[in-house]
Amino acid sequence: MSSLNIRNLRKSFGAVEVLKGINIEARTGEFIALVGPSGCGKSTLLAMIAGLESVSEGEIRIGDRLVNSVAPKDRDIAMVFQSYALYPTMTVRENITFGMESRGVPKPQRDEAVKRVAALLQIEPLLKRKPGQLSGGQRQRVAMGRALVRDPKLFLFDEPLSNLDAKLRVDMRTEIKKLHHRVGKTTVYVTHDQVEAMTLASRIAVMHQGQVQQFDEPQVVYDRPANMFVAGFMGSPAMNFIPATLTTDAEGKPAVSFKATGGTAVLTLQDGISPGAAGRDVILGVRPEHIFRYSHELKASKKSIASVDAPVEMVEPTGAETIGLMRFGELEVTGRFDPDEAPRMGETITLGIDMSHACLFDPVTRNLI
Amino acid sequence: MTDATIAAVHDREAAAASRRHFVSRTIIYALLTIFAVIYLAPLLILVFNSFREQPEIAQNGLIAFPRSFQLKAWAEAWSTYCIGGTCEGMRRNFLNSLWMAVPATILSTLLGAMNGYVLSKWRFKGSEVLFTLMLLGVFMPGQIALMPWAFLLGKVGLTNSTYGLILIHVVQGISFTTLFCRNYYVSIPDDLIKAARIDGAGFWRIFRKIILPLSPPILIVTVIWQFTGIWNEYLFGVVFTSGREQPITAALVALTASGTNVRAYDVMSAAVLIGALPPLLVYFLGGKYFVRGLTQGAIK
Ligand SMILES: Nc1ncnc2c1ncn2[C@@H]1O[C@H](COP(=O)(O)OP(=O)(O)OP(=O)(O)O)[C@@H](O)[C@H]1O
Ligand SMILES: [Mg+2]
Repeated sequence: MSSLNIRNLRKSFGAVEVLKGINIEARTGEFIALVGPSGCGKSTLLAMIAGLESVSEGEIRIGDRLVNSVAPKDRDIAMVFQSYALYPTMTVRENITFGMESRGVPKPQRDEAVKRVAALLQIEPLLKRKPGQLSGGQRQRVAMGRALVRDPKLFLFDEPLSNLDAKLRVDMRTEIKKLHHRVGKTTVYVTHDQVEAMTLASRIAVMHQGQVQQFDEPQVVYDRPANMFVAGFMGSPAMNFIPATLTTDAEGKPAVSFKATGGTAVLTLQDGISPGAAGRDVILGVRPEHIFRYSHELKASKKSIASVDAPVEMVEPTGAETIGLMRFGELEVTGRFDPDEAPRMGETITLGIDMSHACLFDPVTRNLI
Repeated sequence: MTDATIAAVHDREAAAASRRHFVSRTIIYALLTIFAVIYLAPLLILVFNSFREQPEIAQNGLIAFPRSFQLKAWAEAWSTYCIGGTCEGMRRNFLNSLWMAVPATILSTLLGAMNGYVLSKWRFKGSEVLFTLMLLGVFMPGQIALMPWAFLLGKVGLTNSTYGLILIHVVQGISFTTLFCRNYYVSIPDDLIKAARIDGAGFWRIFRKIILPLSPPILIVTVIWQFTGIWNEYLFGVVFTSGREQPITAALVALTASGTNVRAYDVMSAAVLIGALPPLLVYFLGGKYFVRGLTQGAIK
């Protein structure tokens, strides 16, 4: 059963079309992440699911009920806002019970619910405070509490962690994940942080310019991005795109060739892949973590390792790994190295490229081949 | 050695800076004092004269340090002084003003808050145009509306009545109160309203439970503004009421104009002060909040 079903959803503000035919469905209990760059329409989509924005065209169903023209309060949803939107003049307790009060839930039941949620989120000591007296992380918790207390069909989160500092964000991310495990509610989670999307979601919808570019499980989105936008958006540092031509290697197997610094490099494709006739232009997509310092052991241990020589232009140690920038002809290519085998500035390194994870894109349509 | 030189240079610069600071402070305070004296002098003279005896005023002139003391002028001004034939003092007119200013202030402020709420949080097609039109009212001098009001009050039978003046002041005041409240409410995040809508609160519940509790700073501003404005207004009072129905400002005009033989400056001073007391009181009690409310947003 699906608890959210969005079909051909369109939204225009005046003459500007912001959402151009969105299709997304969430199975019950699923955690869907909406990611995409700023302005791609994530918040608008969420607001439409919540009923805060009207639908220009298409359908939104929550638990099999068409809700296009149902008021927000009758949609059985709860929402956490990026700004938290805590009512500043109310205490934490009043913030949490406001919704139940509006709905006429009797006081004993309200108290019971507050107790449950406060225990779940460990905010009991804060109940008497006003939002102004809370830290960012505590506010975030209260905002979650206000949503959780409702026991709705659908949770909507609009970038709930983007106002927190980096460390707290990671902590809260884990907590949201745990919480979702425990509560098991269908959730739509907007973020522009792809790590958040990867870690939390059971499926990710990558949006760009008002369209869903890909809607799939995190690992699929990461490993087999539907197009170059998704490939470039997911992952940090971003995937390397190398314009190349299809060809055959010395043994006659399908390969790609491109201009490297020392001449033309020919990389044999993974066995069993034949993306088209020789001579076709393609874009080779290689993630930084699939580029390493070449060694014979490596070649022996992994299949489909191709090698290429490249001068090292820049080295950025981050502690856990070292980011290296190498020159491939006119391109700069990023690699993530183990600090032990990190490249040195100025060195010409022999790189191993794991071709089993490489992606090929059509340079015209920019779609995955 | 070099350290010492650097320190010395710093000391010299610091000394020069603090000297400049001192000079500019002195100038500022001197100017402020001059202006304060200019503004306060008339008030002070009035207060003095209200306690001086009339013969002494006549002898030493209006502007002089008091040589005599009496409380009689206040009592007379309040309840027995004769204006245009009736000898009831200012009491009745004072109460008229009170019965006019208090309801008109409350009503216009409430309406302004509601207008501001709608115009900032429940925008609709044309709401910006509507707001712009309401703003015109802020810049429109009251006398432009004299004739229409005369016509309207006549139609509804509210001429020469405090209710008529209440109606006028409520309507005339709405542009100001709406402007104040709308601009203040704009700074309340829309997310609060959205959250409340999801929480199942409707138009009125959001107004009562979320907007109003955030409003005291701006409500204080509008109340002070409206109360002093309505209390001090006299054009409508003079034109639309007469005699016993007049608000105190209009009665004061009659008082100074009533050309009986000797001018009772002591009583007049007391009467003027009686008329000025409520706005002064409001200012002393709420002035601090007035400035704060005008400069601070809804959410810190
Ligand atoms: N009320 C509105 N009127 C006109 N245009 C709007 C309105 N609301 C949003 N837009 C436009 O719609 C587009 C999508 O906005 P939206 O807020 O959904 O983006 P977003 O993906 O949430 O971005 P962000 O990551 O910055 O929050 C933007 O180009 C924005 O300018
Ligand atoms: Mg957004």
